[in-house]
Amino acid sequence: MSLFPKAGGLRRTIRDTIRVFNRNKTSWAGLVLLLFMVSLAVLAPWISPYDPIDQNILERLSPASAEHLLGTDHFGRDILSRILWGARISLSVGTISVLMGMAVGTVLGILAGYKGKYWDYMIMGVMDVFMAIPTLLMGLMVVAVLGPNLVNLTIAIALTVAPRFARIARAPTISIKNRDFVEAGRAMGFSDLRIMAGHIFPNILGELIVMGSLWIATAVRIEASLSFIGLGVKPPTPTWGGMIREGFQNILSDPWISIYPGIFILITVLAFNMLGDGLRDAIDPKLRNS
Amino acid sequence: MLKYVLKRLAMAIPILIAVLTLVFVIIRIVPGDPAMVVLGDQASAEALAALRTKMGLDVPLIQQYFTFLFGAFRGDLGASLLSGRPVLSEVMTVLPYTIDLTIAGVVIGIVFGVPLGVLTAVYRNSVTDYIIRVFSLFGLSFPAFYSAILLILIFSIQFNLFPVISDPDLSNYGERMNHLVLPAVNLGLIMVAYITRSTRSSMLEVLREDYVRTAKAKGVPRFVVITRHALKNALIPIVTVIGLYLGVLIGNSVLTEIVFNRPGLGKLILDALSERDYTLLQGVMVIYAFIIVIVNLITDLTYGFVDPRVKHQ
Repeated sequence: MSLFPKAGGLRRTIRDTIRVFNRNKTSWAGLVLLLFMVSLAVLAPWISPYDPIDQNILERLSPASAEHLLGTDHFGRDILSRILWGARISLSVGTISVLMGMAVGTVLGILAGYKGKYWDYMIMGVMDVFMAIPTLLMGLMVVAVLGPNLVNLTIAIALTVAPRFARIARAPTISIKNRDFVEAGRAMGFSDLRIMAGHIFPNILGELIVMGSLWIATAVRIEASLSFIGLGVKPPTPTWGGMIREGFQNILSDPWISIYPGIFILITVLAFNMLGDGLRDAIDPKLRNS
Repeated sequence: MLKYVLKRLAMAIPILIAVLTLVFVIIRIVPGDPAMVVLGDQASAEALAALRTKMGLDVPLIQQYFTFLFGAFRGDLGASLLSGRPVLSEVMTVLPYTIDLTIAGVVIGIVFGVPLGVLTAVYRNSVTDYIIRVFSLFGLSFPAFYSAILLILIFSIQFNLFPVISDPDLSNYGERMNHLVLPAVNLGLIMVAYITRSTRSSMLEVLREDYVRTAKAKGVPRFVVITRHALKNALIPIVTVIGLYLGVLIGNSVLTEIVFNRPGLGKLILDALSERDYTLLQGVMVIYAFIIVIVNLITDLTYGFVDPRVKHQ
């Protein structure tokens, strides 16, 4: 079943989307959590009590207080402000890398499924090889050789995500390409590009959105893991994984420096997982009937 | 069966070559001169030339590729730039520790994940189901390094039950196990989440089958229907769980080893990264590529063995 209707205007699209959400309350919970995290990231410049890279050695390693709600780190930087600014990096790397991977993967997957034969063998062969290497190791290798920065981190994660979307897009394309409406399009002389973009793509969009949400969860986790290893955005730019890495040195005496950013990673990943999981259950008839 | 095994083996070799090629290509996309990346831009021309020769960078790329590929199949992964020791012996020294940890994690995952998955499927849409599902969603969402830190804080620092640093090299068996508990639990808890979900969906499908309904109608006790009729068949797809989540398992074992400062492939990667030892990094990736292809091969063969239908597809 498609998540979005093929026709009927914006109002119907919104109504249908709400109906899909209502079928599974988990997706609502995920959406609310996610909106909360996104608003924290967007509003960071206005709601952060301090500059996230401002050091105050006199106040280093102070626990939670009225001045510093979540305490300060070993440079005396306000942890809450760093978490709020760090949300921007985590959410943008997670979302942009998955959107990039989704775009490339979907185009390749539709192409492989629609064209078939050697196109299919070539594209999916390469994708399978990429998928054989675990996501974290792939990201680690690419960032290690290209150098740790925001762009390389995003490219590395996109590279690991793209093959997954190629596989997701290919299967439904194969089943849709022989359906009557595609045949009709072909008979009317539509180009392959028009059929793929205008007829096949809208039919697999729902599934792509669901998988996109689940993969953003993974991407946020990978970004945090790479930052924790030391392959993330360079300090002093605040990232959640990087904050945990820095706090880990004082884990015995001042554990909160690592604990608080971790809670935010957990909530963000959980929100995307809940959203994706709920939507998948809602649009998968097999699961719904059970 | 022999034909099936040979067919799978024949398919594994090109995949292995392709994965090794990908590792070679990625390691070679270092911007600029890899020797300069290692030694820094202040290094003398002689030192750079010597390192280039040592790294095998002074020969044409295609020759480097075939040297690398044949070397990988012969077990020659070059020498570590840092220690000068063969990469293979560096890897072999720590590989058993990673294998111990991974197996312990998978065992924990199966021992707790399968029963929990059955429970959620049998009591579908009940409070038990919701609670376990929420917990498994949490398990999926935990970055492995963060759960490891929390385990250390609670069980090592707060309750002083286990050591903060995991040393797998102790001669006393009991102590060695004591050092393995927390890292294994960390890896295991995340596996529990994945296996619970796989078991649940697999059980839900089997519980709807006609033969289960027939068994119930014949008056077979509920416990027997669930364990003998349903679970036995539901377990078939669960066999592939290890192959399916191998990537997750490897990624998490790397992070777990780093946090617990436990020797293993993960720690070796970290050392390679901090010392810019590209030969070592490439070597560890080659070993991972071998592990992945072999485990997937074993999973496929096991699947074909437990479910004869697969062989004929």
